[in-house]
Amino acid sequence: MKADIILAGVGGQGILSIAAVIGEAALANNLYIKQAEVHGMSQRGGDVQSNLRVSDAPISSDLIPLGKADLIISLEPMEALRYLPYLSENGWLVTNSEPFINISNYPEMESVLAEINRLPRKIILNVDEIAKASGSVRSANMVLLGASLPFLDMPVEQIEAGISRIFGRKGDAVVLANQVALRAGKQASEELIQK
Amino acid sequence: MKKLLLGDEAIAQAAIDAGISGVYAYPGTPSTEITEYIQQSESATERAIHSRWATNEKTAMEAALGMSFAGKRALVCMKHVGLNVAADAFVNAGMTGVNGGLIVLSADDPSMHSSQNEQDSRFYGKFSFIPILEPSSQQEAYDMVYSGFELSEKLGIPVLLRITTRLAHSRAGVQTRPQKPQNELNPSDDWRKWVLLPANARLRFKQLIQEQELFEQMALESEYNTYTDGADKRMGVIACGIGYNYLMEHFPAGASFPVLKIAQYPLPKQLVAKLVDACDEILVLEDGYPFVEEQIKGLLGIGVKVKGRLDGTLSRDGELNPDNVGRALGIAPASVYEKPEVLVGRPPQLCQGCGHRDLYEALQEVMQNDHPASHRIFSDIGCYTLGALPPFRSIHTCVDMGASVTMAKGAADAGLYPAVAVLGDSTFTHSGITGLLDAVNAKSNITVIILDNETTAMTGGQDSAGTGKIEDICRGVGVAADHIRIFVPLRKNYNEMMQVIREEVAYPGVSVIIPRRECIQTLKRKK
Repeated sequence: MKADIILAGVGGQGILSIAAVIGEAALANNLYIKQAEVHGMSQRGGDVQSNLRVSDAPISSDLIPLGKADLIISLEPMEALRYLPYLSENGWLVTNSEPFINISNYPEMESVLAEINRLPRKIILNVDEIAKASGSVRSANMVLLGASLPFLDMPVEQIEAGISRIFGRKGDAVVLANQVALRAGKQASEELIQK
Repeated sequence: MKKLLLGDEAIAQAAIDAGISGVYAYPGTPSTEITEYIQQSESATERAIHSRWATNEKTAMEAALGMSFAGKRALVCMKHVGLNVAADAFVNAGMTGVNGGLIVLSADDPSMHSSQNEQDSRFYGKFSFIPILEPSSQQEAYDMVYSGFELSEKLGIPVLLRITTRLAHSRAGVQTRPQKPQNELNPSDDWRKWVLLPANARLRFKQLIQEQELFEQMALESEYNTYTDGADKRMGVIACGIGYNYLMEHFPAGASFPVLKIAQYPLPKQLVAKLVDACDEILVLEDGYPFVEEQIKGLLGIGVKVKGRLDGTLSRDGELNPDNVGRALGIAPASVYEKPEVLVGRPPQLCQGCGHRDLYEALQEVMQNDHPASHRIFSDIGCYTLGALPPFRSIHTCVDMGASVTMAKGAADAGLYPAVAVLGDSTFTHSGITGLLDAVNAKSNITVIILDNETTAMTGGQDSAGTGKIEDICRGVGVAADHIRIFVPLRKNYNEMMQVIREEVAYPGVSVIIPRRECIQTLKRKK
């Protein structure tokens, strides 16, 4: 098993929680993991990414080489494009469709979506809307993680256990809300794949 | 089960497990999380490990040395440029040596993700004649710190642990080891060692020079420095710290050529000579400056063909990654897709609702109206440095911690008016107070704006040493009480803010303005 994942978004959106959940699940299953994060100045509303590598064999580099990512998971559509040079030939892109506009020169939405749609393997979802419908606006990142599960060789139960450990301190209601959001994202993604 | 830890957290956990009695630090990316981890650790609290933030890296370094003097183990942490601030104490700690084990952690930031330069702390280690450890992985970082205090005590010398951003801020599973007890109080009585009078210091320096052979012997025998042979002798590779990971990424089953992994210094000559003798040419992979490369190549570069950052095989600047290391090895990147042209940059910015925004708007309006051509704003290290970017474009300098006050003073001494300094509360107590005293003594015509958000915000909201004391400190160094002005930077106070700025800029002497409002991030977290 090997998954090289780039998580993308804007500082403050919550990509690190996605990484933490996958990381917990991987560690509990005796997989090797390396996960490089961005801390510091960029977290103030700038572009942020995390390189997450999971494998059943030891991992050398903390960073994913160009063209080797199996999956890009992005909470923001333009940020999804920033890491395309890292996506492998058979890699998937899973992204939120809702833009986070905090710059004056944000490109036209149609041209951003057109670039994403040119990819042979992509899932574009409004995760904010799905999160809202599932009853927890704050769990958009778990919806996105759920939408990525069809491309991750990890059972949903393990990911749910990861959510329990990461959010456990915040109480059962928070854990449950995140697990519901995860399932909702997974279902939405599977429906898109079947189309 | 292993623990999933950032490199920084692995270092912190190892220090707790190795029996430290204190960690001393000033926040600085990418080193901040080490001290934060110890502050939040239950076992560190149970063991009463000192972990309160220091006012700056120099006070941290000296306090750690004091704890070592008293016989206990101490860890001191800083970012690379923080080591400049601590340098006086750091270099002389090499001269005194230690009693209790002392590890100095310096986190370098090649590619300058959150820094002003790319300086390589290994030069400081060599400059101070002390051993340097440079882990290649989170586990190695843990192991090095766990055994590093014993190494420090055995050699009687501080040990420099050098990491870079990628190790500091990357997580991996780490196997921890049993906790050791703390050292008993055992203050040193050896005045010849600790009183660096010239007569003593000369002896100490001779001894330190003699000990270099022993330090190198330790590096030669170190389990972290390994020589792995390979059949293809056309090239041998020296891979330092995490450079080793980027190399091995391309050879999961092992390299076909000899590889010398370096993670402990002084550079062991025997191992390097073995590689040079065996191979036609040498490639050096090191994150940061060409520290090893220069030593092997020498000034004239005769005798051995060395490739690396000096001959253009790798870029002279920027951090290593699997791609540039791959190119250096002749392996082309496997990119399929290009970056689309529609993509634009998304630089960091001041948070919406941040008081710094209100201050910059008012300051900018006063300066553009009253002194459009002549004014200069001297700023400093912190969130407010983002005032350099649109929509503000307000500041003219940002150099080092505290330089806003002193550069404004120097410029005012040269005749520049208005000379305005803008810095944060934590930066002011870190390195601004002494400069303010200079300005008061010289009666320089400057206006100092201390943005008091009651925290160290840029690094994530750590306690600020001067909270509740800023105006007292200003009064204490001699700023006239009626020229210390405080307001709340809010849109509704806009006219008052502009009025105060106008009055204090007009005052021909040192005035201090303190816009005070809690950081929006720390406020959110409390809710």
